[in-house]
Amino acid sequence: MATRQIQFREALREAMAEEMRRDDRVFLMGEEVAYYNGAYKVSQGMLEEFGDKRIIDAPISENGFAGLAVGAAMYGLRPIIEFMSWSFSLVAADQLLNNVPKMLYMSGGQWGCPVVFRGNNGAGGQLGSTHSWCVEALYANVPGLKIAIPSNAHDAKGLLKSAIRDDDPVFFLESERMLSDKGEVPEGEYTVPFGRAELRTEGTDCTVVSFGRPVNFCVEAARELEKEGVTVDVLDMRTVRPLDIGAVVRSIKKTGRVVVVDQCWPFASVASEVITQVCERAFDSLDHQPLRVNTDDVPTPYAKTLEAEYLPHKGKIVQAVKAALHRL
Amino acid sequence: MPIRTVYQATIEHTQILDERGVLDPALSKPGTPGILTDEQVLHLYERMLEARAVDERAFVLQRSNRMYTYPQNKGQEAAALGSGFAMRRGTDWIVPCYRENAAMVMHGMPWHHIYLHWMGDERGNVVPPGVRVMPIAVPIGTQMLHATGIAWAAKLRREDAVVITYFGDGATSEGDFHEALNFAATFGVPAIFFCQNNQWAISVPRETQTASETIAQKGLGYGAACQQVDGNDLFAVHKAVYDARERARAGGGVTIIEAMTYRLGDHTTADDARRYRDQAEVEAWQARDPILRTRVYLESKGLWDAQRQRAGEERAKAFATEVVRAAEGIAPPKPEEMFDHLYAEMPPELRLQRDTKRTSSLGQDPSQAGLRSEPQRA
Ligand SMILES: Cc1ncc(C[n+]2csc(CCOP(=O)(O)OP(=O)(O)O)c2C)c(N)n1
Ligand SMILES: [Mg+2]
Repeated sequence: MATRQIQFREALREAMAEEMRRDDRVFLMGEEVAYYNGAYKVSQGMLEEFGDKRIIDAPISENGFAGLAVGAAMYGLRPIIEFMSWSFSLVAADQLLNNVPKMLYMSGGQWGCPVVFRGNNGAGGQLGSTHSWCVEALYANVPGLKIAIPSNAHDAKGLLKSAIRDDDPVFFLESERMLSDKGEVPEGEYTVPFGRAELRTEGTDCTVVSFGRPVNFCVEAARELEKEGVTVDVLDMRTVRPLDIGAVVRSIKKTGRVVVVDQCWPFASVASEVITQVCERAFDSLDHQPLRVNTDDVPTPYAKTLEAEYLPHKGKIVQAVKAALHRL
Repeated sequence: MPIRTVYQATIEHTQILDERGVLDPALSKPGTPGILTDEQVLHLYERMLEARAVDERAFVLQRSNRMYTYPQNKGQEAAALGSGFAMRRGTDWIVPCYRENAAMVMHGMPWHHIYLHWMGDERGNVVPPGVRVMPIAVPIGTQMLHATGIAWAAKLRREDAVVITYFGDGATSEGDFHEALNFAATFGVPAIFFCQNNQWAISVPRETQTASETIAQKGLGYGAACQQVDGNDLFAVHKAVYDARERARAGGGVTIIEAMTYRLGDHTTADDARRYRDQAEVEAWQARDPILRTRVYLESKGLWDAQRQRAGEERAKAFATEVVRAAEGIAPPKPEEMFDHLYAEMPPELRLQRDTKRTSSLGQDPSQAGLRSEPQRA
């Protein structure tokens, strides 16, 4: 299929617009999404195409529009809810965690909740600790949710289309820091299925597992390591619920080592979960204890220098892989 | 009588200094409590000039990458200063959001700390001892509940302290606003809910935010005293807050004040409001600029003139330069400082992480020390 280079934000917009054209039950609601074209310009031009019945500026009431989406979904609509930042989703925690994932379960399979909640997730832009939330660890703990976290424009579009068509609630985690990144995206129709990890680089010495923005740092680290003769599998999980643990185990059977790179705090993180499952399923294949690179165990610092030091980055990943190979 | 009226209310809008800079004689009668004196107005006018100069400098800093983002006070100086001045420094509490810098400074927050904050440094929220100004709150609405809690604590402790909390028109859509106001009124705490209704929440106009005629009337549902004032009128703002403060001190409970004002600048220095606002609307409000109005008043009383204006503006500019110098003179924090202030006492595992500079899981294995970019301790 012919491809072209488009921005991450354009890929998201295309996914929403295409799905809105094919299904008139889909609408987009959030703060600043209509007249402002989105706080980060993801919904640029959508008000013009779809009108204000389907592209809706909400009052600053995250709990309000999250809950409203639940009701609209129960009555057959397909809401896409944009959080300007996932940090603000915390205001809506009772709806998101106590209602959304349980509606189908508690109604004996009658009332589903096919809502896509999407927005910026993660630190890296000096927004201070309250605006820099990485919610994947926190929310992945809750059964009933699906969580997609793309690392590039191609997957952003394909995963978002799958998310909108999904009959279950999907939390879709984007990154302000990647919105302008360009990537190859096919001209035509495609989707990316949930629960299927993708190999970004291939190697034999170590398995590097990641998801979302840090995948790109893992690829940088892989290039650096290659200069020293070390080759690694970088596995981009793409969704953390469902989690393609099979792909991780297959790779570890080849490499015998694993480093998990995760932009959340270490305690009870997705990295902890991946490592637990690795120990449960591939313990005998391991030549070194599993390692993880998370952020430091503190709130996201505000100062530039501190924030850079706090986040996973190429240098930390290279060192962790070397540690796994006893090459430090 | 099968149908009877069980509740009726009106919301008053107060203006004391009109757009032409003329005082209402009846409302400003000498000796009326809460009416500003000439010296007070002069003092506040100079603070307005400073606030405007510091705002304008922040814009320049942001454009040259020396500041991350900054929410300007521009156009809302009378609301911030008139309200702040009605509260007693060191006794009453200021619980801000992010658009009342001048009120925070009036109560002892150093200006350069506000700069430091927006340059991306937590230490900007540190206040000198005895200063009763809470940290800048960027998550919309949360601070109002804190204000209610502080006021309740003051009441339980039988302290003569009143709390004022600031928020925007947009913030009234958050549940926190309603819950805070309900608690405050039900518990009868000494609090003032001060809404800076600047007509916009980023690109969303007030009418999209709420179908309510006024924001002040939202207090009716909770049993608060409600008032609307001309927010660009230093006298009306000061008087309303002064009265609310005295009512609170006398055990009269909570007041909501809606100050009708206008954000003359962008939402923050990262925004460009020209994309969504009508220029005619902006110009109409520029004519009602609180600085202009206060100046005309002072000139009409012979307390101010063009020469003093020039000197005042010069002083304000020099002041802003000093603020920049002080903020930029503070050395950036060192990496190990990110572990400070997380717990009252640093737990051993955090200390290990800090001192060995190991990443999280590697901290468990002493053979894998030194996994950070630069070594820091032997
Ligand atoms: C919980 C939460 N939701 C959304 C935001 C993003 N946001 C920051 S300022 C703002 C607009 C606030 O408008 P208003 O309350 O009127 O205050 P103003 O900025 O006009 O002074 C929004 C939506 C946020 N900071 N916190
Ligand atoms: Mg506003």
